[in-house]
Amino acid sequence: MSTEMYKPGSYPNLPPPPGTVGFYGWIRNNLFSSISNTLLTIVSVVLVYYLIDGIIGWFLFDAVFDADSKIECRKINDGACWAVITRRVGQFVYGFYPEAERWRIDISFLTMFIAFAPLLYPDLPKRKWLLWFSGIYPFFAFILINGGFFGLAKIEYSLFGGFMLTVILGVTGIVCSLPIGILLALGRQSKLTVVRTLSVCFIEFMRGVPLITLLFVASSMLNYFMPPGTNFSILVRVIIMFTFFSAAYIAEVIRGGIQAIPKGQYEAADALGMNYWQTTRFITLPQALKISIPGIMNTFIGLYKDTTLVVVIGLLDPLGIGRAALADTKWNGLSTETYLFVALFFFVSCFAMSRYSLWLENKLNTDHK
Amino acid sequence: MVKNKNKSSKPVIEIKEMHKWFGTFHVLKNISLGVNQGERIVICGPSGSGKSTLIRCINRLEVHQKGDIIVNDVELTGDLKNLESIRSDVGMVFQSFNLFPHLTVLENCTLAPIWVKGLPKKEANELAMELLTRVKIPEQALKFPGQLSGGQQQRVAIARSLCMQPKIMLFDEPTSALDPEMIKEVLDTMIELAETGMTMLVVTHEMGFAKKVADSVIFMDEGEIIEQNDPKNFFNNPKNDRTKLFLSQILNH
Ligand SMILES: Nc1ncnc2c1ncn2[C@@H]1O[C@H](COP(=O)(O)OP(=O)(O)O)[C@@H](O)[C@H]1O
Ligand SMILES: [Mg+2]
Repeated sequence: MSTEMYKPGSYPNLPPPPGTVGFYGWIRNNLFSSISNTLLTIVSVVLVYYLIDGIIGWFLFDAVFDADSKIECRKINDGACWAVITRRVGQFVYGFYPEAERWRIDISFLTMFIAFAPLLYPDLPKRKWLLWFSGIYPFFAFILINGGFFGLAKIEYSLFGGFMLTVILGVTGIVCSLPIGILLALGRQSKLTVVRTLSVCFIEFMRGVPLITLLFVASSMLNYFMPPGTNFSILVRVIIMFTFFSAAYIAEVIRGGIQAIPKGQYEAADALGMNYWQTTRFITLPQALKISIPGIMNTFIGLYKDTTLVVVIGLLDPLGIGRAALADTKWNGLSTETYLFVALFFFVSCFAMSRYSLWLENKLNTDHK
Repeated sequence: MVKNKNKSSKPVIEIKEMHKWFGTFHVLKNISLGVNQGERIVICGPSGSGKSTLIRCINRLEVHQKGDIIVNDVELTGDLKNLESIRSDVGMVFQSFNLFPHLTVLENCTLAPIWVKGLPKKEANELAMELLTRVKIPEQALKFPGQLSGGQQQRVAIARSLCMQPKIMLFDEPTSALDPEMIKEVLDTMIELAETGMTMLVVTHEMGFAKKVADSVIFMDEGEIIEQNDPKNFFNNPKNDRTKLFLSQILNH
C-alpha cells in the first residue's frame, strides 16, 4: 500500500499512475478504452489496409508513367495511366505560354516565396529589407510575366493557362481582396452614413450575386462601366471580379471579428487619447483580424478554388487544359487520372494555406486560456 | 486634521449644474462639483445611481446635454477640436481593467505615449519601466495581460494610465472585479499614488480607502449628489437618511 502518512501541508507531488499518460496512455485512452472501441479499432485498421493496398497499387505500383496513348498504357499495365499528365505537364503548368519564355514564369513563381515570406512570417530576420522586395514584387512579376519591357517579348493573355493561371488569379485576388475587405468592414461600421451605406450596398450586392454571373459580366460587359478610353484585358477584369467578390465575404468575416471586441477596449483607447485611426490600427484590427483568421482563410481557399470557374468564359485554367487533353483521341477516357491530378494540385495548395492559418492562430494566441 | 499637503486651491475640474440623459432617461441631475488640484474625492452610492456616468463625463466618454464641465481650463463642448489632448491629461482606470490582450504589458504602457504624445520609443520604454516599477511589477513587462492575475492586471492598467503623465486620475470601481486577496495590492498602489499629489476621483465602496485618503466623500443616488462631506463627518454623522441607510448596508455585513 502506498498510503503513507504525511504531515498536513507536506504532501508531495506524486507522478500519475503508470499507463495514464504518455504514448501508452494515449493509445489506451483513444483506441482501446472499451470492448466496442477495441473492436472498432481493429475493423478500421483492416479496412484501411485493404483500401490503401488497392489505391496505392493503382496510383503507383501498377501505374504507367510514360506511353504514347491510352491504348499503349493499357498494354503495359492496368493501373493509372499518368502518361496523359506527363506528356502534357508543360501545358498543365504553363498553359500555352511560349516554351522558350517559361523561365520567366519559373523565376516569378520562385521569387514569389521570397516576397511573401516577410509578410507571412513576422519574426523573419532582415524582415525590413525583404519587405522592400515584397513591395516591388508585383511590378517585378508583372514585367516578367507580361513582358513588353526591357526587351522581354510581350506575351498575349490568351496564351496564359494551367496552374500558372490559377496562381496568378488566386494570389492576386487574395492579396487585393484583404485590404479592400478590411476597408469595407470598417466602412460598414462607420459613423458616416454615406460611407456606411455605400459599403453595405457593395457588400450585399457582391454577396447576393453568383460569382459566375460576375464572370460573365467581366467577360462581356465590364468595359461599359469603365471610364471611356480604358480597355482592361479580360484577365484584369476577371481579377477585379474575383477580388470584389471575395472582398465582400472577407468584409463580413472581419465585421464579425470587430463586433467580438469588447466595448471596454475602445473605452480604454479613447481614455488614453487615441484617435479613430490609431485605435483602428493598434486595437481594433489586430484583434479583429486575429479572431477572423479561420474565416478569412476559408474565403481565400474558396476564392482559390473558384478560379476554376473561369473555364466558362474560355480561359484555360487547369480544368480547361484537362478537358483539352481528354478531347484528344489518344487520351480519350482518362478523366479519372486528369481530374485527380488537378485535384491533387488544389489540395496541396489549399492544405498549405490551411496549415499556415492554424500556425498563425497559435502564434497569435496571447490569451493563454 | 490636515492629511493632504498637496491639495491646493486651484480648481482643475469644475462641474456646474450639469445634466445628462440617456435617451429620455434623466441619469444625472443638476450635478455641481469642484475639484482642486491634488484633491482626492471618493464617490459612492448604490448601483445604477450614475457614478460611472459622472466620472465618464469628465473625460467625455459620455456627453452631457446641459450645464458646464471645465477640465484643466478647457470647457467640454460639442465642437471641441482636441478632445484627444484633453483625454491624455485625464487618466482612467476601469473596473474590468480593459488591457489590450494582444499587446505585452510593456506595449500596453508605451502605445499611447508613442502615438498620442509622440514620445520616442526608447523614452517611452524607460518611462513605462519606471512606472511598472512603481506599481511593483517590472518583472512582468514582457508578459501578456492574460498571463497575469487580476490584481497585477489592474496595477498594469494604472501604470498604463500614468504613462500618459495625466494631471487627473479617474478610477471606476477599480477593485470590484478582484478576488479579495488582490484588493489590497491595488489599493496600496492607489494610496501611494495619492501620496504623490495626484488629483483623484475614485468610485469605490472600499470605505477603509475613503477614510484613509479621501479629502471628501460624495454619496450619489438616482443621479443626484445627495451628500458631500469630509470622511470623518461623512461616516460619523451622515445627514441624509438615504446616506445613513446606504452606509448601514455596506458597513454592517
Ligand atoms: N449607455 C447607456 N445607455 C442607456 N442607459 C445607460 C447607459 N449606461 C448606463 N445607463 C443607465 O444609467 C444608470 C446609471 O448607470 P451608471 O452610471 O453605470 O451607474 P453606477 O456606476 O452608479 O452603477 C443606470 O440605470 C444604467 O442602466
Ligand atoms: Mg458603475
